Amino acid sequence: MVALGTGGYNQNNDMTAEAEITTAQQPVIRCESVYKIFGDNAESMLEEADGVVDADKFHQAGCIVGVNDASFEVHQGELLIIMGLSGSGKSTLLRCISRLTDATAGKIFIEGDDILQMNSKQLIELRRSKMGMVFQSFALLPHKTVLENIAFPLQVKGVSTRDSIQRAKEMVDLVSLSGRENYFPRQLSGGQQQRVGIARSLAIEPDIWFLDEPFSALDPLIRKEMQDEFLRLQDVLGKTILFVTHDFDEALRLADRIAIMKDGVIEQLDTPANIVLNPATEYVRKFTEEVPREKVLKIKSVMDPFDPAEDFSDFRVPQDAIIETVAESVLNAGKPVRVVDDAGEVVGALHASHIVHVLFGGHADHAAEKSS
Amino acid sequence: MSEALRQNKYLQFALLLVVFVLLCMLITPTESNWFWRLPPLIQQLPFIINDSVDYLMFEWWPIEVYDPEIEDYEEKPLVREITRSTSGLILFMIEFVREILLGGVKTIVTFMGWDWATENKWARWPALPWTVVAGGAAILGYALGGWRLSLFVGATFVYIAVFGQWEPSMETLSFVLVAAPAAVLLGLLFGVWAFRNRTVEAILNPILNIMQIVPHFSYLIPVMVFFGIGDHAGAIATIIFATPPMVRLTLLGLKQVPPEVGEAGLMSGCNSWQLLVRVLLPTARRDILIGVNQVIMSCLAMVVIASLIGAKGLGNDLLIALNRLRIGLALEIGVCIVLIAIMLDRLSLAWANKQTDYFADLSFVQRNKYSLMFGGVFVAGIVLAWIGSFIFREGFNYLYLIPHNKGITTENFWQAGVDWIWDTFFYTLKGFNEWLIVEVLVPVKTAYLAMPVAATFVLAMGIGFIIGGIRSALIIGGLLLFIALTEWWDRALITAYLVTVSVVISTFLGVVVGTICAQHPVSSRFILTVCDTFQTFPSFIYLIPVMMLFGVTDTSVLIAIVIYATVPATRYTVEGLLSVPPSLHEAGSMSGVNRLQRWLFIELPMSFPHMALGVNQTVVFALSMVIIGAMIGTDDLGQLILGALSEKNGVGNGLTLGICVAFIGLAIDQVLRTWANQRKSQLGLA
Repeated sequence: MVALGTGGYNQNNDMTAEAEITTAQQPVIRCESVYKIFGDNAESMLEEADGVVDADKFHQAGCIVGVNDASFEVHQGELLIIMGLSGSGKSTLLRCISRLTDATAGKIFIEGDDILQMNSKQLIELRRSKMGMVFQSFALLPHKTVLENIAFPLQVKGVSTRDSIQRAKEMVDLVSLSGRENYFPRQLSGGQQQRVGIARSLAIEPDIWFLDEPFSALDPLIRKEMQDEFLRLQDVLGKTILFVTHDFDEALRLADRIAIMKDGVIEQLDTPANIVLNPATEYVRKFTEEVPREKVLKIKSVMDPFDPAEDFSDFRVPQDAIIETVAESVLNAGKPVRVVDDAGEVVGALHASHIVHVLFGGHADHAAEKSS
Repeated sequence: MSEALRQNKYLQFALLLVVFVLLCMLITPTESNWFWRLPPLIQQLPFIINDSVDYLMFEWWPIEVYDPEIEDYEEKPLVREITRSTSGLILFMIEFVREILLGGVKTIVTFMGWDWATENKWARWPALPWTVVAGGAAILGYALGGWRLSLFVGATFVYIAVFGQWEPSMETLSFVLVAAPAAVLLGLLFGVWAFRNRTVEAILNPILNIMQIVPHFSYLIPVMVFFGIGDHAGAIATIIFATPPMVRLTLLGLKQVPPEVGEAGLMSGCNSWQLLVRVLLPTARRDILIGVNQVIMSCLAMVVIASLIGAKGLGNDLLIALNRLRIGLALEIGVCIVLIAIMLDRLSLAWANKQTDYFADLSFVQRNKYSLMFGGVFVAGIVLAWIGSFIFREGFNYLYLIPHNKGITTENFWQAGVDWIWDTFFYTLKGFNEWLIVEVLVPVKTAYLAMPVAATFVLAMGIGFIIGGIRSALIIGGLLLFIALTEWWDRALITAYLVTVSVVISTFLGVVVGTICAQHPVSSRFILTVCDTFQTFPSFIYLIPVMMLFGVTDTSVLIAIVIYATVPATRYTVEGLLSVPPSLHEAGSMSGVNRLQRWLFIELPMSFPHMALGVNQTVVFALSMVIIGAMIGTDDLGQLILGALSEKNGVGNGLTLGICVAFIGLAIDQVLRTWANQRKSQLGLA
C-alpha cells in the first residue's frame, strides 16, 4: 500500500532540499540584486535610479528592463523553476546566470565564485566542467550526427575522439536513442532532437543544469513523455537545476520551488503548494486560480493533528504525497488514515472530508464567488 | 491638380516625359551649348590618375630593402615592393601546381637559382602522365562522392586529354586551384570580420555593393598597373572579382545562424576560435557553400578576361580561336572550361558534405585504401607511359602527354555545320540581320545620341526623384555628372543604348519564359537547372553560336548579350512567382479567380519586387558583356577599355572608362533597388 504514495514522494523530494536550506551549506547559485537592462545608456540610468527601477520610465528613455532586482539562492540538488509569460525576463535571467549575457548590475555567485568577475578563460573552464544547458529550439549542430553532437562539449574540452565518442554512446543509451547514433538532427523528430540536446548538456557531467523552455516546442503528448523522462533522469542524477518555462502546469509538476516573474521582477519565489495556497500578489493569484489543488498540494498541508483516540484505518499515507495520488484510497478507506513521515513515524491524521473539500469545495466556493 | 499630382505617380511620370520631350525639341545641338553637351571639364583626370599611380608605384614611401645581388641595402618604394612580393608569391604557387601537373623547372629555379638549374640539366620536375592525373582525380571523386562523381571527374579528364586540350587545361586548372581557394579564404576572412565588427560591416557593405555592380573587366586595368602582366595578374584580378560574393554569403550565413546555436556552443565550453570554426561556420555552411560555388564559377568566367592580361591556358586559346573564327575549336575549348567548372563545383560540394564513420574497425588496407589506390594508379600510369614510349617511337607518346591540339577533334564537323547553315539560310539570316540593324538598332542609337545632356539629366533625376525622393535624384545626378564631364559622353550613350535594347529584350523574354515555366513544379525545376547551367558558362561562350550565324556584327553582340542577360531575368521571375505563398493562391481560388486573373492580380504584383532585382542583375550582366562585345567590334566604352589595355599609358583612360561603365550600372541599380525595397516593405516581404 505504501507503494501507492511513492510516485508522489519521488516527484517531490524537496524534503532533502528543504533540509539543506536550513543547514548553513553554501548555495550553488546565489543572485544578489541582479539587473539586466537593454539599451545604450542602461548603466548610467541604473546608477541614477539607485536600485529602484521603474520599467515605464526606462522604456521612455529607450531602455528595456529585462531583469529587475532579482535576488535568490538555489541549493545543491534543488530544482528551481523560473516561470513567466513571454517577455517577463525569465530567459534573460537564465542567460545572466550562465553569463551568455552580462548582467548590468548585481552579483551572481556560482559555488561562491562571482562569475561577473571571471575572465573569459575562467568562464570557459567553468562551462566545460560545471554547466550544461538545454535550449528551446534544441540548437543542435546541423552538420554533426547525434553522436557527434553529444560528444561535442567533450571534444572542445580536448577529450580524445575515442573517449568522447565512447562517452557519447553511453549518453545515447541514457536518453533512449540507441540505434540513431548516426542520424543527423534533421532526420529526428522534435522530441528526439531534444533528447540529443539533453544528452549533450549532460555529457560533461555538469553540477548545474540549465534548461530554457526545453519542452515548449514539443507536442503536448511528447511534452508529457519528456517531462516524465526528465523526472526519471533527475531522480538518478540529482543535479542542481534552473528550469525556465512559461507553462504553469509544467512548473507545478516538476519544481521544488517556483519563481514567478513579471516584467523582470520576481513576484514570488516559493514551493508549488505555498504559491497555490498563498499567492503573494494579484498576478500570481490569477495564475493559481484555475489550478486543481489536489494536483499540487501535499497531504501535509491538509492533515489534522494526530489524535490516538480516533478509529483509524490500517492505511497510511506519506506526508509528502500529492493529494491526487492517494485521494481515491483515502476516500475508500471509510475511516480517517494516519499520515507518516519519512521515517514512518505518525505525524498526523487525514479525514476524508478534507480531501472532498480540496477536490470539490474550493472550486464550488470559487464559482459562487464569481456568480455573486 | 497639385494634390492629384502628389498622389499619383503615373501622373508624375507623364509630366516628366512631357518635360523631357520638350527639352529634347527645344535644345539646339551645337558644340558651345552647354545644355546639349557639357564641356569635358575632367578631361585631365586620366592624366592625373597616370601621374598619381606613377608616384605611388615609384616614389611614395621609400623603404630600405636588402638586395642580395649587390649585397647592400637599396631604397625602393613601398607599394611596388608589396605588389612585387604578392605577385611573386602567387606566381610561385601557380607555377608549383602547374609543374606538378605538367612538369617544369621554375619551382626548382625559385629555390636554387637559374645558374644551378642550367648546370644541372637533370634537375627538372617531370610531368605526371595524363593517365595518372585523370586516375588520381577519379579516386578523389570516389573518395569524396562515390562512384558517380568518380566517373564524371574521370570522364572530364579523359575528354580534355583526348581532345588535345591537356596543356592549356592544366594551365587553367593550376590558375583556378590557386585563385579559388584564395578567394574563398579572403571571403571567409572578411565575412567573419564583418560579422564580428559592426564598423567593418558598415564600411564593407557599400564597397561590396559597388563591386558587385562593377563589371569584371574593370579590375583588369588597375591590376595590370600594380601587378603587371601574366598568370599572377590574371589570378589577382580573378580573386578580386570572385571575393565579394563570398564575403557577402559568409556574412549572410553567419547572421542567419540561430542565436541559440551560438549559445549552445558557448555553453559547451567553446572558446571563440572553436565557436567560429566548429559551430558558427559549419552551421552557416549552406550559404557558405553557395559562396564557394559562386567563387568557382566566377573563376572560370574570368578565364578569358584574365587572358587579356596574360593568363595562360584555355581562355587565351579560346580568344584566339574566336578571332580566327574557328567555331568548332572554340566549342571544344568552351566545353573544357564548362566541364572543369562543374567538376570543381561538385568536388568541393562533396568534400563539404563528407561524413566520418566512428564505428568501423578498419584494417590498414581499408584505412589507407585511397592512398593505396592512388599508388596503384601512379605506378600503372608510369608503366603505361613507358610502354607508350615503345609503341609511339616516332612522334608523340600519347600515353604520356597528348600535345596541344594533337588529339582528336570534331572541328570539321562543326565547321561543316556552320557552312551548311550559311549556305542554306544565308538570305534569311542576312535579311534578319539587316532588318534588325537598319530598322531597330540604328534608329535607337540615333535617338540616344540626339538626346541633349540637359534632357537626359532631367529624365534620369526625375525618375530617381519620383521613386526614391531627393536622395536618389542627387545620387543619380552625381553619377551621371561624372560621365558627362569626361570626353566620352557619346560613347557612354552608345553603351547605354546597347544595354537598354538588350535589357528590354532580355526582361521580356525572361518574364515570359519564367512565367510559363513557373506554372508547373517540374518545368520550374527544369528551368532553374538550365539557368544554373547557363550561368556556369563563361559569358563569351555565347559568342560562339551567335558568331556562327551572324558573323561579326552588332547583331551578334546584341544577341550574345541577350542570351547571357536573360538568365537572371528568367531566374528571378521563376523564384519570385514560386515565392508567392500557397495560402494566397488558395485565397485567390476561393475568390473565384481564373488562371489569368490570378497571374495578373496576385502573382505578378507579389513577385514584382523580386523581378525588379532580376532586371537589376540583367543590367549588371549586360554591362559586363560590353567588353566581350568590344572583342567583336563595337564603338562604345568597351572598345575604348579594350584599347586602354594595350596602351602604355592606358591606366588613366582605362580606369576612368571603367568608372563610367560602373556608374551607369550604379545609377540604374539605385532606381531599381530603391523601388524594389519600397515595394517589398509595403507588401510585408522584407
